[in-house]
Amino acid sequence: MSTPRPTTVSIEEYLGRNRYEVDEEHAHITIAEHPDPIEFAELVRVCPAALYKVDEAGEPTFDYAGCLECGTCRIVAGGRAVATWAYPRPTMGVEYRYG
Amino acid sequence: MADFDAIVVGSGCAGPAAAYELAKAGKSVLVIERGTTSGAKNVSGGRLYLHALRALFPDDAGSAPLERRIVRERVSLLSADSATTLDVTDELMRDERYESWSVLRARFDPWLAEQAEGAGAEYINGIAVEELLKDGDRVTGVRAGDDEITADVVLLCDGVNSLLVPQAVGAPRPRPDQVAVGVKHVVELPETVISDRAMCADGDGMAWLFVGDATHGRVGGGFLYTNRDTISVGIVATVSDLMESETPIYQLLEEFTRHPAVAPILEGGTVVEHSGHLVAEGGYDALPPLVGDGVLLAGESALMCVNAGYTVRGMDLALAAGQQAGRSAAAALDAGDTSAEGLAGYRAALEDSFVLRDLRTLRRFPHFMESTPRVFRDYPDLARDVMRELFLVDGTPMRPLAKAVPPIVKRTGYLNVAKDLVKGMRSL
Repeated sequence: MSTPRPTTVSIEEYLGRNRYEVDEEHAHITIAEHPDPIEFAELVRVCPAALYKVDEAGEPTFDYAGCLECGTCRIVAGGRAVATWAYPRPTMGVEYRYG
Repeated sequence: MADFDAIVVGSGCAGPAAAYELAKAGKSVLVIERGTTSGAKNVSGGRLYLHALRALFPDDAGSAPLERRIVRERVSLLSADSATTLDVTDELMRDERYESWSVLRARFDPWLAEQAEGAGAEYINGIAVEELLKDGDRVTGVRAGDDEITADVVLLCDGVNSLLVPQAVGAPRPRPDQVAVGVKHVVELPETVISDRAMCADGDGMAWLFVGDATHGRVGGGFLYTNRDTISVGIVATVSDLMESETPIYQLLEEFTRHPAVAPILEGGTVVEHSGHLVAEGGYDALPPLVGDGVLLAGESALMCVNAGYTVRGMDLALAAGQQAGRSAAAALDAGDTSAEGLAGYRAALEDSFVLRDLRTLRRFPHFMESTPRVFRDYPDLARDVMRELFLVDGTPMRPLAKAVPPIVKRTGYLNVAKDLVKGMRSL
């Protein structure tokens, strides 16, 4: 797999424009304790919200709070990185105002 | 006895269309939508071809909250530093038969839901159906939160990332080569500025697709649709190819919006929403079974999407499939048989309609796109270099085109170009 090019996007700023009802008590997607690095690298490339990241120490990080609920990580997941996938609990998650 | 004649899961395009037909036929129908309002979880490119909405609501389609009538079509081959663009305007685009409009789903879907409710459909919002109730192979209802609700027939209109389709008809989740991921910005600008930049009157608009540098040569493309006072701009990339890309999808979008051919249209605008959505790309051969015992699939949950490269359609297919699903379900309820056999008329009717006929006509196109990377990697630069021979003048003696152009085409290989042309034409 190719090495990702450095990114210049301030994705948090874009996600900040969205409306969310964040479920602080429950993560609707969870990742494996020791995610497979290759599979995780694929998730980094396909998640449109950049929720899958590799930090400076090379550790995988994931945050469900900015999820766009597209399902791409569910399609890519081969069982060694994403542990569980569900839609957010009732009335929770993203609320598109334009769509 | 079941709680309802029919339960519709999902209130996008297909769901309300189905519920409207069922309610109109006098059936008790419940729509369950996980968004707190219809449209709150939905995203489209997007442009809607209006024929399907007119077929559903011959008198009321004109009152739907649409954005701009598309009267300018553009397709660009995009290099890093150039765009070679086909620009089409045609008065027939205003004709009722052909007209298409840009839409924003958070505005459009509530209107569609109102039509279903107005006809008598009941609604539950803000809760996802987690599981189907089954008796053997037969779907008998749904579980949503703590509630179990039964019906004689369940219509799955719950979108491309359906967790219920595998339970309903045993189809596995789509493979990464059968779906693309889309990421979109909605950019706010004054209405008159958008009209000026699209070279359209207020109320009229432009649809613009891009191939090449939009995805840095990966399978996919860019899109731009003008709405009333916003512009929808985004990238769609086939997931299996994107998984290996050196540029993540959100970075592709950022670079696309800064491309010299795109940036001036967005200049001074404010990004007001960042959205993501899967797009079904496998075509006819990727469709799951559309019918099971006590269950029908319509719209994106059945992976109904037509991609011809220069147009992408999903919403008109969903509206028409939803309408047909509602009618077929009502007929099956009347006949007292909602088994797979009793519902089989749905598939047969779709095979006769544009929904499955268009998917069948284009069934070879997904493979063509996937197996012809030159479309994304080579041809945009080829077009640019030919155009440079035409349009760049620096005072040095001109070369005759007959001498200048052949070496440019030869880079890719005459035979390759001819083969791709023939293959491309055949797949459309």
